[in-house]
Amino acid sequence: MPATPDNVPEPSRTDPALIRNFCIIAHIDHGKSTLADRMLQLTGVVEQRQMRAQYLDRMDIERERGITIKSQAVRLPWAPTHEPGNTHILNMIDTPGHVDFTYEVSRSLAACEGTILLVDAAQGIEAQTLANLYLAMENDLTIIPVLNKIDLPAAQPEKFAEELANLVGCDPDDVLKVSAKTGLGVEALLDRVVQEIPAPVGVADAPARAMIFDSVYDSYRGVVTYVRVIDGQLNKRERIRMMSTGATHELLEIGTNSPEMLPADGLGVGEVGYLITGVKDVRQSKVGDTVTSQSKGAEEPLGGYKEPKPMVFSGLYPLDGSDYPELREALDKLQLNDAALVYEPETSAALGFGFRVGFLGLLHLDVIRERLEREFGLDLIATAPNVVYRVLMEDGTEHTVTNPSEFPEGKLAEVYEPMVRATILAPTEFIGAIMELCQTRRGTLLGMDYLSEDRVEIRYTLPLAEIVFDFFDQLKSKTRGYASLDYEPTGEQSSSLVKVDILLHGDKVDAFSAITHKEQAYAYGVRLVGKLKELIPRQSFEVPVQAAIGSRVIARETIRAIRKDVLAKCYGGDISRKRKLLEKQKEGKKRMKMVGSVEVPQEAFIAVLSSDDSAGSGKGKK
Amino acid sequence: MPSALPDGEPVPDDGALPAHALAGAAGRPLGFYLHVPYCATRCGYCDFNTYTATELRGTGGVLASRDNYAGTLVDEVRLARKVLGDDPREVRTVFVGGGTPTLLAADDLVRMLGAIRDEFGLAADAEVTTEANPESVGPAYLAALREGGFNRISFGMQSARQHVLKVLDRTHTPGRPEACVAEARAAGFEHVNLDLIYGTPGESDDDWRASLDAALGAGPDHVSAYALIVEEGTQLARRIRRGEIPTTDDDVHADRYLIAEETLSAAGFAWYEVSNWATSEAGRCLHNELYWRGADWWGAGPGAHSHVGGVRWWNVKHPGAYAAALASGRSPGAGRELLTEEDRRVERILLELRLREGVPLDLLREEGLAASRRALSEGLLEQGPYETGRAVLTLRGRLLADAVVRDLVD
Repeated sequence: MPATPDNVPEPSRTDPALIRNFCIIAHIDHGKSTLADRMLQLTGVVEQRQMRAQYLDRMDIERERGITIKSQAVRLPWAPTHEPGNTHILNMIDTPGHVDFTYEVSRSLAACEGTILLVDAAQGIEAQTLANLYLAMENDLTIIPVLNKIDLPAAQPEKFAEELANLVGCDPDDVLKVSAKTGLGVEALLDRVVQEIPAPVGVADAPARAMIFDSVYDSYRGVVTYVRVIDGQLNKRERIRMMSTGATHELLEIGTNSPEMLPADGLGVGEVGYLITGVKDVRQSKVGDTVTSQSKGAEEPLGGYKEPKPMVFSGLYPLDGSDYPELREALDKLQLNDAALVYEPETSAALGFGFRVGFLGLLHLDVIRERLEREFGLDLIATAPNVVYRVLMEDGTEHTVTNPSEFPEGKLAEVYEPMVRATILAPTEFIGAIMELCQTRRGTLLGMDYLSEDRVEIRYTLPLAEIVFDFFDQLKSKTRGYASLDYEPTGEQSSSLVKVDILLHGDKVDAFSAITHKEQAYAYGVRLVGKLKELIPRQSFEVPVQAAIGSRVIARETIRAIRKDVLAKCYGGDISRKRKLLEKQKEGKKRMKMVGSVEVPQEAFIAVLSSDDSAGSGKGKK
Repeated sequence: MPSALPDGEPVPDDGALPAHALAGAAGRPLGFYLHVPYCATRCGYCDFNTYTATELRGTGGVLASRDNYAGTLVDEVRLARKVLGDDPREVRTVFVGGGTPTLLAADDLVRMLGAIRDEFGLAADAEVTTEANPESVGPAYLAALREGGFNRISFGMQSARQHVLKVLDRTHTPGRPEACVAEARAAGFEHVNLDLIYGTPGESDDDWRASLDAALGAGPDHVSAYALIVEEGTQLARRIRRGEIPTTDDDVHADRYLIAEETLSAAGFAWYEVSNWATSEAGRCLHNELYWRGADWWGAGPGAHSHVGGVRWWNVKHPGAYAAALASGRSPGAGRELLTEEDRRVERILLELRLREGVPLDLLREEGLAASRRALSEGLLEQGPYETGRAVLTLRGRLLADAVVRDLVD
């Protein structure tokens, strides 16, 4: 059992030449957390008996889904086997693993000089990993390719070493083969980190500049900000300044993680650690921002800072209207720890009071929804996710539309929708199915490359709106789960888009309005109108269900008036039963939402808006 | 009587009622329902509490057989006397239902009636009805009932069409119920009802018209017409689920109801409850009106329901358990509920709205009143009665009665 080596350099007094800053790029389930755990053990920062699986993943949902959303940094002392007397400091920066958090990944990468590219030896590289690899290459990081899980019977290390070598541009023999589970090869990997990854370089006597690569809300300590010092030094108890906002704070604590927080005197060039200033909201400590000293601080911030920009919006409504204050409180709490989460109150004629919530992407949406339902015990209806449209009117005015029901009326000059560049990795046998799917989703093929004999990388430009709907589910089902997807925003494009409204008895149902491509409007209208006819019970009057573009009706069904709603018999023994049935029906009626004069069961909204439904109908369209 | 019992609190062993139930009893009519839980065969659509075995054993080996059933039921009439104590009321109505009451000997039915007469006394103008199966009665049987004090009889005709009767598993031959009416008249029965069912799978509009015409041709003074309800757990429900028999659309039920109203009113019948028509006030079933107007009645027999002054209770379902309870001197009550003021208000609305006289508007709260005005404007309530303070359903309103009730109780 290795113990912490002697002569460990202390924070703020560590020679940059002894520091190695690295991260691990890996796909979900490829073993990143297990590898990190093994490193914690080998370097002695966590004792065997304290070890629990996936030590670094904190949130329950992360642990359950096996994904990492928030990154952390751990300071690991490592005496390499080739020079045991010379203890190095390895800062392992854990990166988010999902496409929605590309910006956060890019900031984590910017805090490193090198990365471990970790790939499952039984599965090969996945699209998101590839995307992050490209990101690392753009950042000029040194890449150490590693195959994990080589102890698995299904492992094909030769095949995938070849694939990695092709991608990274190295010899297949240079690909390390480890088993994070058993610990095999992990020491050699730590040695390689010391040997190959460059030491950080910075100007020690310049004004301090540190980049924020993560900030996390802790209910006891407030916001914990993770930084990488580029130039100069940050010291305890000094006042610091956030360069994007100019806000200043007192440094209540500065330190490093090993992996628990350990206060230090300061952080010097190349060092990685945390700051605590007492702020209560992560939006005051934004990822990508530069921290400097208040007095004699830096003039120029570090490059690369961006405001988080929501890409996908959805209306969230409490199923029970009286839960609205709880929903607001829950969103407030989540926002403390999620600078990318934005929301504002919204009223829907059909769903009542709720919030229009902006997300970085679909996973972000899913995670937030799930946390609201699980951690805060809320039952929610979410409207179908939509993207942000920019609408230019003929009179020269411009509108930004985040809610389809607010799409402007009148003469439109142009409508712009966000576009993405999508990368799909899949076995070659699915090329046809993937291209067909992308084609029906208004995609434009950018190119295709073979990663190996039987695996291919396909690149498409697609409207983001086509992806937020049910694209990923479709892709998975058409490729039997083998395809992986990554996308990044690439600007916007003018498209022939129209707003389709759904009318019940002549009244618009705002929750069902959608913006679709002109050619898909009819199919959307027919599908929704048919669905609603099935789901809405007959009323005492005839109810037309229509889909319309402006005043032009494109689809129509009629819910016939109910003619009979009476039980034939009501004798002595039926009375108690009948009264109880009436009570039950009254309860049911309370759960109805009124759209104009039409009673719509909540189930109808859920059925129409749920993504299960959209996936199902997507299959039906084929 | 549906076979599933409601949930409720337990009934005390002696069947005692809370004191308030008997307060003001003298002002309310009292009736008796006597349940006979035996049938020769079980019909596919029926979910009533009835048994085809002639002998059923209860706990402690107490035998509940068809032959000693009348004796057991008389025991409950005596229990009723004890529970109601010094209640001075004579009995206004007696109704023997089932099951198939006429599977018992006429003497048994007369004996059961006799127990009521002995314990409570029958009012001079008491209405005494029994249900009867067209195949199980003849002139002699009917004469014996009439002589024993029965003055009203109700035949289960259901349909005049063989193929419809077959789907319902009814064993009588078409024409037999009509003949029964004549036999009952000959025996001296003043009031005769025919029960009809519409909307049976496979029945056409013309089949239904033929049934109505055949019933009217026999000359009853009362007709009940029910839409067939496919109850869960019946043979018919299973056959429909398996796709052997189609279901009947609600719109078809509505059409058949309109045909019934048209045909019956043309023949001089007037509706007085959603599913009941009579040739005159005197032809109405007074016993059923007790149910609908919140009066008191004692239901004797397995699974029978009772109501006295805001207390509803119901007996154990199984004839064996029923007989065993009475044999050991306990009340056969399985559960009861004490109605709140609001329960009683809601019940009045849901029951009385089904009647030709309708619901007095002063029973409604503000929201219910607003709903009644909407119902009036939608043509579900009659204008004339509304102006005199009553909510009375129109023909269209009768078909939507449950929907109207849901709004009026607000």
